[in-house]
Amino acid sequence: MIRLFLIFWLAVAAAPVRAAVDIQTLTTPGGIDAWLVEEHSIPFTALEIRFKGGTVMDPDGKRGVVNLMTGLLEEGAGPLDSRGFSEARESLAASFEYRAYEDVISISARFLSENRDQAIALLKSSIMEPTFEQADIDRVREQVLSSIRSDKTDPGAIANRTFDVLAWGDHPYGSSGDGTEDSVNGLTRDDIIAAHQGAFARDRLYVSAVGDITAEELSTMLDDLFGDLPDTGPALPAMARYQLTGGVTLVPFDTPQSVALFGHQGIERDDPDYMAAYILNEVFGGDGQDSRLMTEVREKRGLTYGVGTVLLPMDYGALVMGQVKSDNTKMADSVAVIQDEWAKVAKDAITEEELTDAKTYLTGAYALRFDGNAPIARIMVGMQMIGLPPSYVTDRNDQVMAVTLDEIRRVAKRIYQPENLHFVVVGRPEGLEGTN
Amino acid sequence: MLRPVALLLTLLLAPALAGAAEVTTFRLDNGLEVVVLEDHRAPVVVHMVWYKVGAADEPLGKSGIAHFLEHLLFKGTDDLAAGELSATVSRNGGSDNAFTSWDYTSYFQRIAADRLELMMTMESDRMRDLQMTEDDVRTERDVVLEERNQRIDSEPGSLFQEQARAAQYLNHPYGIPIIGWRHEIQKLNREDAFAFYQRYYAPNNAVLVVAGDVEPEDVRRLAEAYYGPIKPTLDLTERFRPEEPPQLAERRLTYADPRVAQPYVMRTYLAPERDSGDQAQAARLTILAELLGGNGATSVLGRKLQFETQQAVYASAFYDGVSLDDTTFGLIMVPTPGTDLDAAEAALDQAMSEFLQEGVDAKQFERLKFQIKASQIYEEDDIQSLARRYGAGLTSGLTIADIESWTDLLMAVTEDEVMQAARKILDRRKAVTGWVMPAESTEVMQ
Repeated sequence: MIRLFLIFWLAVAAAPVRAAVDIQTLTTPGGIDAWLVEEHSIPFTALEIRFKGGTVMDPDGKRGVVNLMTGLLEEGAGPLDSRGFSEARESLAASFEYRAYEDVISISARFLSENRDQAIALLKSSIMEPTFEQADIDRVREQVLSSIRSDKTDPGAIANRTFDVLAWGDHPYGSSGDGTEDSVNGLTRDDIIAAHQGAFARDRLYVSAVGDITAEELSTMLDDLFGDLPDTGPALPAMARYQLTGGVTLVPFDTPQSVALFGHQGIERDDPDYMAAYILNEVFGGDGQDSRLMTEVREKRGLTYGVGTVLLPMDYGALVMGQVKSDNTKMADSVAVIQDEWAKVAKDAITEEELTDAKTYLTGAYALRFDGNAPIARIMVGMQMIGLPPSYVTDRNDQVMAVTLDEIRRVAKRIYQPENLHFVVVGRPEGLEGTN
Repeated sequence: MLRPVALLLTLLLAPALAGAAEVTTFRLDNGLEVVVLEDHRAPVVVHMVWYKVGAADEPLGKSGIAHFLEHLLFKGTDDLAAGELSATVSRNGGSDNAFTSWDYTSYFQRIAADRLELMMTMESDRMRDLQMTEDDVRTERDVVLEERNQRIDSEPGSLFQEQARAAQYLNHPYGIPIIGWRHEIQKLNREDAFAFYQRYYAPNNAVLVVAGDVEPEDVRRLAEAYYGPIKPTLDLTERFRPEEPPQLAERRLTYADPRVAQPYVMRTYLAPERDSGDQAQAARLTILAELLGGNGATSVLGRKLQFETQQAVYASAFYDGVSLDDTTFGLIMVPTPGTDLDAAEAALDQAMSEFLQEGVDAKQFERLKFQIKASQIYEEDDIQSLARRYGAGLTSGLTIADIESWTDLLMAVTEDEVMQAARKILDRRKAVTGWVMPAESTEVMQ
C-alpha cells in the first residue's frame, strides 16, 4: 500500500479521503502493457495476471476442461513433478494461485525480493510448460468430482445451477464451469492440452504489479514471463441470450432453511448508466448493513440473517441478482417483501437523503479498498480489463458525486423490472407457489 | 490443487508473527488495556474493542447469550438510536461488524483515520449505555435463529462439528456451540442479555486495539477522554472454567445426513493451548500440524494418502493454539470414491504410524522454517490481521510479550521436539473420531 497520496476533500461535509495511488503504466520492449505501483518499504511483490477467456472457452461436450486444466498448472511443470513443483515454491516462500472463473483465468503471485528471479522462473514454467501427467490429471479430477458431488446436495449450489440454466440456456453461462460428473469423467489429456493452448495468449493478457520492484525490473520480468506466448488466442464466445421471465421456480429439497436467488437481466459495465445503477444497488441491496432490503427483511421482520443484491456485469451478459435465506416457514414472506421492494424502487427510486448517504459512503469507502499490495494490484488489473484509465482512481469519486437524483430515477425504472423478477427457491417453503 | 469440500479448518500458519509494525501499549486507570499498531502507509484506521467474554462464559442453560448480545449491541443506547452506529459508520465511508468466539467478543470499525474520535465516541457509549426494547429483542432473536439455520442447520458439516465438540468436551463449556443450542436460543430474553452485559462489558474486561495511520499519543488522549470515564465492574474475577476429566475411553460418532455427498473422517485430540509464558508445546503442535497437513503435495498426509496410496482426495491436519483453555489438534481425511470410511480411517492410522516411525523430513522442516520467516515480511502488508492477532491473543490469556515471542518460538522448535509432541498427543484412545456420511432421505425410504 503504498503511497496513497490522500487529499482531503473539503467540499462536502463528510470529507472523504481520496485514493490517489501513484500508478505507472508501462509497455515492455516486447510490447506487454502493465500497470505498476512501486512500494519499496516491504521486500516483496504482488503480481496479478489475468487472461480473458475462462471457462466460457470450454468446447462443446468438454465442460469443465478449463477448470481442470487450471487446477493442474501447479501439479508439475518442466522437469518438476507435482511434489517437486510445490517443494520448489515452498523453498522460495512464494505463493501462486491459479483460478478459472467464467470469463477469466486469474493467476495471483506473491514473491520475496531476495529470490524474485527464481520465483518468476518457476511461475513461468507452470504457465508455459505444465506436464499434465496422467496420474496428476486423475488425482485432480477426483477433487473436482468430489466438489461436483457436494454441490448436488448443497441448496445454494442447486439454486445457482437452476437459475443459470433458466437464464442462459445452453450458453456456457447456463452451466457450472466445473462441468458435470459425466463431462469431467470424459476429459482426456489431449483435451487438457488443447485447453491449455487456447487459454494463454498475448492479446488476452492483463497484468499489474505492486511492491518492491522498479518499472525497469518489471519490464524485463514480464518479457521473460510472457515472451513465448502466442500473439492471439482462439475466438471468444458469442453474447449469451437471457431467456427468463418473471415468476417463481421451486426446487423441492429437504432443508430447514430455503435458499432463494432472484433477479433478471442487468446492465453492462461500460453502459453510461452504470454508475447510477451501482449507487442504486448500494442503497437497495448493497453490502452496507442498512440497505433497504436488510432493513425490511431482516431488521424490521427478522425473516433472515442476510439478504443482498449485486450487479453482475459479465463479458457476455449481465444480471442484477440477489440472494436470501429464510426458514421454510418464512420464505414466502421474504419473497413477498422483496417483490414489493423491487416494485417500489422501480417506481419511486430512492430519496434525496438516501442518495446523499450512499454518495458519502461510497466516496469515503473507496480509499479503504487500497489496503495492501495484492488488493491494489487486483484493483488495477480489474480496471485494465474493463478499460478504465489509471486516472479513474482519482476521478471515480467525482463520478459518484456527479450522479443526480433525476438520473437515478430514470435508471431505477430501467434497471428494476418487477414484472421480470424471477425467484429460484430451493427448500420446502411453506405457502409459496411456483409459477411454472 | 483444488480443495474438494469446504471444511472449516483454521489456517495453520496464521498465528505466526508480529512484524515490523510499531507497537505501543498502555493501560487506563479504569483497567482498559490499549494496543496501538502504527502503519502510516494509508490514512486508514481499524478500531476494535475486544471483551474478555465469550460463549464459554455463559450461565448454564443460556447458551448463545454472548453471541445474541453481540447482535443487540447494534441496537440503541441512551445517545444512539437503533442502527445509528452502523449507519453513521457507513455515512462516513467506513465498515463495521462484530464477532463472538468461545473466549472473546469483538466489535470493530474500519474507516478513514480522521474519524477515529467519532468511532470512540460511539463505541465507548455502547460499552455501558445499551438500551433495547422488548421488540428489538424479539426481532433480533429471530435473526439469530435464521443465522443458526444458515450457518449450522443447513450445513451438515457444521452439525457434525457441533456434535463432535460436544463429545470432545465432557465438562468444559467449549462443548457448547457459540451460536447456542436452538432450544436455548429460543428462550433467551432481554433480562438475560442485560445481566450478561452489565457484568462483562466493562473497561477492566476489555482490550482496545487501534491500528493504522495513528500516533500513540493521540490514541491515548482520545482513549482517556472517551473510555477513561467509564466505571469498571469491580467484582470481576479471573475467568475460571471447569476442566476436562482424564479421557479413559475412545469416543466415536457417526453422523449421517442425506445432504452429505462427500463422506469424510475427522479425528480430534484434546491439546494444550498457548499458555502465557509457556507456549513451547503449542509451537511444536503448530509446526506438527503444518508438517502433517500444510500443502497437499508436500505434507506427510497429502503425500501418503493423496499421492502414494491414492485413498484420499484431501487429507490434512489442523491446530490453533490461541485459546484460553485446552484446545484440539485434528486430522481429516476425505476418501476417494472407492475407499469406504473404515478403510479411510485405517489408512489414516497407517499413515500416522508410519510418520511416528519415520520422523520429520529434514528438507520439509527447513522449507517450513523459511516460510515462517517469510510470513513476517508478508504480514507487514496486512495491519488488520495483525490487529486481530493482538486482540485475540490478549483476550485468550496471552500477554504482549507472549504474542511477540511467538515467531521466535516457532523458529526454535527442533525436529525431535515435534516428534515428542506428536507421540504425546496422538493417542487414539484419547481422541474423538467422527464419520460423516450420506444417509438415505426419509422420503426415499418411504
